[in-house]
Amino acid sequence: MYPFPGSAPVPEEKLKKFRRGVKGELYKLRDVVIRSEAASDLAQKQNARYDLMLPEDAGFLEGDEDEDTCTISQDDIVDAVDITAGAKYFNLTLSQFGPYRLDYSKTGRHLLLGGRRGHVTCLDWQSKQLMCEMNVMETVNDVKWLHSEALFAVAQKKWLYIYDNKGIELHCIRKFNDVLRMQFLPYHFLLATASATGFLQYLDVSVGKEVVAICTKAGRLDVMAHNPHNAIIHLGHSNGTVTLWTPNQREPLVKMLCHQGGVRSVAVDKTGTYMVTSGMDKKLKVYDIRAYRPLQSYFLPAGASCLSLSQRGLLSAATGDIVQVYRDVWGIPVTKPYMAHRAKGSVWGVHFCPFEDVLGVGHGEGFTSMVVPGAGEPNFDGLDANPYRSAKQRQEWEVKALLEKIQPELIGLDPSQLSQVDHSTWEQRHEDRVQVLGFDPLAKEKFTPRLKTKGRSSSGKVEKRKKQVAHEDQRIDKERKEKEKKKAAAAGQKSALDRFRK
Amino acid sequence: MAKSKAARKSGETMKIASSCETVVQGMDDEDDEELQRALADDIISASEDEGGSDDERKHCKLLEAISSLGGKKRKKLTERSEASIQVSEFTVNAEGEGDKINLSDLIGTLDKTPSALIKTKKQLKNLQHNQSTLETPLTRKETEKIQREVAFEKTSKEVSRWQSVVLQNQKAEQLVFPLNQEPSGPKRIEHVVAGWKAQTPLEQEIFSLLRMNKQPLHDPVLTPTEEASLRAMSLEEAKIRRAELQKARVLQSYYEAKAKRGKKIKSKKYHRVQKKVMRKEYLKQFDEMVKTDPAAALEELKKMELSRMKERMSLKHQNSGKWAKSKAIMAKYDDGARKAMQKQLEVNKDLTQKLVIPADEDEEDEEESAETLPDFVNDVEPILDQVNPWMRGKLSTEPMMEESNRLDPPVWPREVGKPGEGQDDQEEDEEQMEETEEESLLRGFEERRKLRQTEDVKVAPMPMVENDDGKKAEILEISDDDEEAVEISDDEEALEVSDDDEEAGLSNFTSLFHGLVNHMEPPADQPKAGPGLCQGESPALLEEGLVRVRTLEDVELLSQDISASDTALLTTQILGTEETDTQSATQQADKKRKKMIDPNEVLTKEAKIIEMPLAPTAVEDVEDKEEQRVIIKEAFAGDDVVSDFLKDKRKQEEAGRPKVIDLTLPGWGEWGGLGLQPSRSKRKRFRVKVAPPPPRQDQKLPNIIITEKRDSSIAAHQVCQLPFPFEKPIQFERTIRSPVGRTWNTQNAVQKITAPKVVTQLGAIIEPIAREDLIKHNRQAVTGPSINLESDQGPQKRRSQQKKKHKRKKN
Repeated sequence: MYPFPGSAPVPEEKLKKFRRGVKGELYKLRDVVIRSEAASDLAQKQNARYDLMLPEDAGFLEGDEDEDTCTISQDDIVDAVDITAGAKYFNLTLSQFGPYRLDYSKTGRHLLLGGRRGHVTCLDWQSKQLMCEMNVMETVNDVKWLHSEALFAVAQKKWLYIYDNKGIELHCIRKFNDVLRMQFLPYHFLLATASATGFLQYLDVSVGKEVVAICTKAGRLDVMAHNPHNAIIHLGHSNGTVTLWTPNQREPLVKMLCHQGGVRSVAVDKTGTYMVTSGMDKKLKVYDIRAYRPLQSYFLPAGASCLSLSQRGLLSAATGDIVQVYRDVWGIPVTKPYMAHRAKGSVWGVHFCPFEDVLGVGHGEGFTSMVVPGAGEPNFDGLDANPYRSAKQRQEWEVKALLEKIQPELIGLDPSQLSQVDHSTWEQRHEDRVQVLGFDPLAKEKFTPRLKTKGRSSSGKVEKRKKQVAHEDQRIDKERKEKEKKKAAAAGQKSALDRFRK
Repeated sequence: MAKSKAARKSGETMKIASSCETVVQGMDDEDDEELQRALADDIISASEDEGGSDDERKHCKLLEAISSLGGKKRKKLTERSEASIQVSEFTVNAEGEGDKINLSDLIGTLDKTPSALIKTKKQLKNLQHNQSTLETPLTRKETEKIQREVAFEKTSKEVSRWQSVVLQNQKAEQLVFPLNQEPSGPKRIEHVVAGWKAQTPLEQEIFSLLRMNKQPLHDPVLTPTEEASLRAMSLEEAKIRRAELQKARVLQSYYEAKAKRGKKIKSKKYHRVQKKVMRKEYLKQFDEMVKTDPAAALEELKKMELSRMKERMSLKHQNSGKWAKSKAIMAKYDDGARKAMQKQLEVNKDLTQKLVIPADEDEEDEEESAETLPDFVNDVEPILDQVNPWMRGKLSTEPMMEESNRLDPPVWPREVGKPGEGQDDQEEDEEQMEETEEESLLRGFEERRKLRQTEDVKVAPMPMVENDDGKKAEILEISDDDEEAVEISDDEEALEVSDDDEEAGLSNFTSLFHGLVNHMEPPADQPKAGPGLCQGESPALLEEGLVRVRTLEDVELLSQDISASDTALLTTQILGTEETDTQSATQQADKKRKKMIDPNEVLTKEAKIIEMPLAPTAVEDVEDKEEQRVIIKEAFAGDDVVSDFLKDKRKQEEAGRPKVIDLTLPGWGEWGGLGLQPSRSKRKRFRVKVAPPPPRQDQKLPNIIITEKRDSSIAAHQVCQLPFPFEKPIQFERTIRSPVGRTWNTQNAVQKITAPKVVTQLGAIIEPIAREDLIKHNRQAVTGPSINLESDQGPQKRRSQQKKKHKRKKN
């Protein structure tokens, strides 16, 4: 009846995006497994089908012939783009209490600035509406938004303080002293702080309790980043190492020797695949942190003091008073920055704004918001971080997020570990069971060759038959792999007739 | 139960009685006689006592009266009041006095009606000879046990009919109660809307067309024929039918396999025998057919006629082929060939023999009467010319053949005798005909043996024979002659066999001969080749020699060279060895160090210099010296950092390695005390080595330290005990790999994935499954209610489905 029966096919690429785990073959419990497989297939397909339609394209700056994009100034860009986009380039001249560190909220609407000499301000940077402004009359080491734009934490000279967006001091947390750097883990509601005394502390902001305080025994901790993929904290040390931490272990999960000098800055990309570090040896290195393998190493003549990675993988590195933006540092080795901008003072903090093509630069003379085409993710997930949400939506989101809060015990190198059975306990239990029963219920039945007549059950023949069956599963596996290899090889080969194919 | 018990009891008594009888019957004849005699004596004595019986009766009555006085009721002894002296229990009166009933007496009557009850007669006879006694009946306990078993089997069979239903319900993803509802799914518009009619002419036309062609009017509905076919057979019927078909197929395949095997057998003998059997069977069948179904027999006859016609038309067996022609040439000299030709002709004749249709017996008789004069009377006198087969072909075989044809189909010529041949041949043939198959086989073997013997005789003198062609030929001829002499067989096959044998013998012979020759050759060749080699091949060898051997001049030159470059060479050699030594040493060291991780290998990634468009404004005015110092510091700092890191790593590795446990106790078996160490052997013996741990994760990563400590915090949240159907973690992990919640899935998918296992309709009465539903359920099970996880439909279809959902769900 219909010209195209059935539902429309879903493109393979999209299906790939929603793939969870891999299918394999199972010989037992077929019914259950097949059903669950069907369910996950259905879920995957529907997810792919109802994925974002007509997503926005992300573009990059493209220069004319023989023109480096890095020579294009911000003014040129502003001239070229529309008014709203042009308004995203602005300077705040705050020369009195600088240099400034900054933080964007998760939705990218709000900006928090903390001047070294005590000036703290937060504003809706797009409408330039000031939410609060104050001076804490103390040294400010770092500022950080908490889960929403209603709360922020300020690491002051002695203690850690928490303010609301009106600038009212809510908490002074005496347990957290001499904090130098902070990172907020949004799905765990954890505020991780690194102090000058070498302590890495976790504060659960949903209940206001310290989760754990770990003495890193690595001296002053002023380099910190977190991996958005698995919520692991990366700390850089003066002996050139970068250590990876969870709140669950008292020692670093991984210790990587990255630089020959001290580490100056660390940044981890959104997918948790790459880590970029810069050190005193004036090198910029890119690591694959799944395999802990160095991918690229660059030499920057002046070294990079601050690093930041955007949602779409642009890297900003501050060298002195110059902010450089690099594109795709982990791919083909780059020789030139994508963009460069000279700030008015020495750069103290850089941060890409989520969902916007904007890079915020805090420096000695205030703050600069510069336009970096192609930096932000153009398609936001409205349920996760909606830049245009109303107050009501924010409240609802808050409740939901709190309900879905992930416990700190679940932080680990492999975030999918929860979907695995606790093997060691299971094995222990199984052993106990075997002892009680007197036999292993899961043991594979030993092959006993059938008795055959007419001399076919001679001991030699029996052995032969046993050998035929031995290691069958391994053999099958091997054969399958070989077959796949062959198939792949065959697929790679081109036939002579392929040239006529369109 | 009571009834059945009674019945059983009566049965038992019957059994006992019969067993008694059989026991009596089972005796030997002599014993029988003795018994009879004894019985007779008893009876006689009883008859003698008859006079006193009246007194006895009175006495009995008296006793009864006395006993009745006692008040207690006694069992009445029933009196027998029959006329006969001997009263049998079995209500069979023996005729003669004191005679015991014999089975033969009973059977005796059977003899008078011979045809009627032969079967029973036989059975009875068997019974008479059967000496075994019947077994005593089982005890009550045992019988009850057996009954229980039987009852259990019966009921379990009855109950197990539900097994499949129960299993299905257990396995089902979703059960919608009440169970036997109308199957959900698309229905015809006619079913849903009562008053719907095709109104517009277009609609009417379309529907009329569809109806005319018996096509489904709506998308998923089956055609009436399909529905009918679905309804036609129940599952069980279908199963039975399928089983039947399977069996038939299997049988067919067995038969085919057998036929194939038979076909592959090369033995001609076997096939001949087989054919014979077939023919016999066929004949039998035909005979029967003549009696029972003359029409079919006629058909068969017609078939035969057809085959005859075909044979006549074809040139088969006409001695016109290549083989026949060659044989015709040979026939002059070779008796065998002649006979073979004759055989061919006979076959032809047999096949082309006109059939006589046994339509009417009268006609047959007439024919017979007409044919009393054999045909060959009219024929030419048989010429005793053995040479000419054509003449012999029309010999007086015909009358006999015709006679035989009346009974037999003319397909087979072998059975028919062949008179009228040359006297000797005839005799021989007759002999052959009489021979059984085995005999002929045996004869064949004998022939072969003889052949082999002759061969042996021929081979034996071979070593003596010189390798002369002429002589060889002679021997060959001799062997041929011998073989010809040996040949006795007249059959074509036999001939062939002998031919084959001959060939085989020949080939054997030749191969043997060749082998001998080859064996002989080498020693003969060598002395011959000796001088030839000396003359012909020596120059080449000499040339080679020239190349290899250095001449005096060369030697001289070399010596000069050596003397000149001697020292230099030596020095270089020594140097070289030294170098290699040092190299090897360094390599070894390298290897060692590799184990320890070379600091040079850490942080080896070459850095690429990036050009900067904007030079950073140097804010601080640093003095050159200071800058240099910083640079130097940076350069030297690196080494320190790396070595520190490596030290750290080594420490970690050491900590991870399990320690050797030393269990030596000083003082046991030897002196102990200050400054005294237990002996080395003891220390070695009591040192428990621990298995090495699995390789570290960072084994191959020089600048990485990964902890080997297990993070146990997540274990609290992980599954450690698998739910019921799962046995291994991998199975369970597979099923929980994709999330279920709304955060990660679409609403529809969540609903489907988390659908309840049991759905009940509000207010509906849920009744247990009735027996009548059993079969229906079985049939329905395939299309039973299930969550459709397969279809990932587009948006429009789903909306309609959701509207239909108005069932209340309940877990």
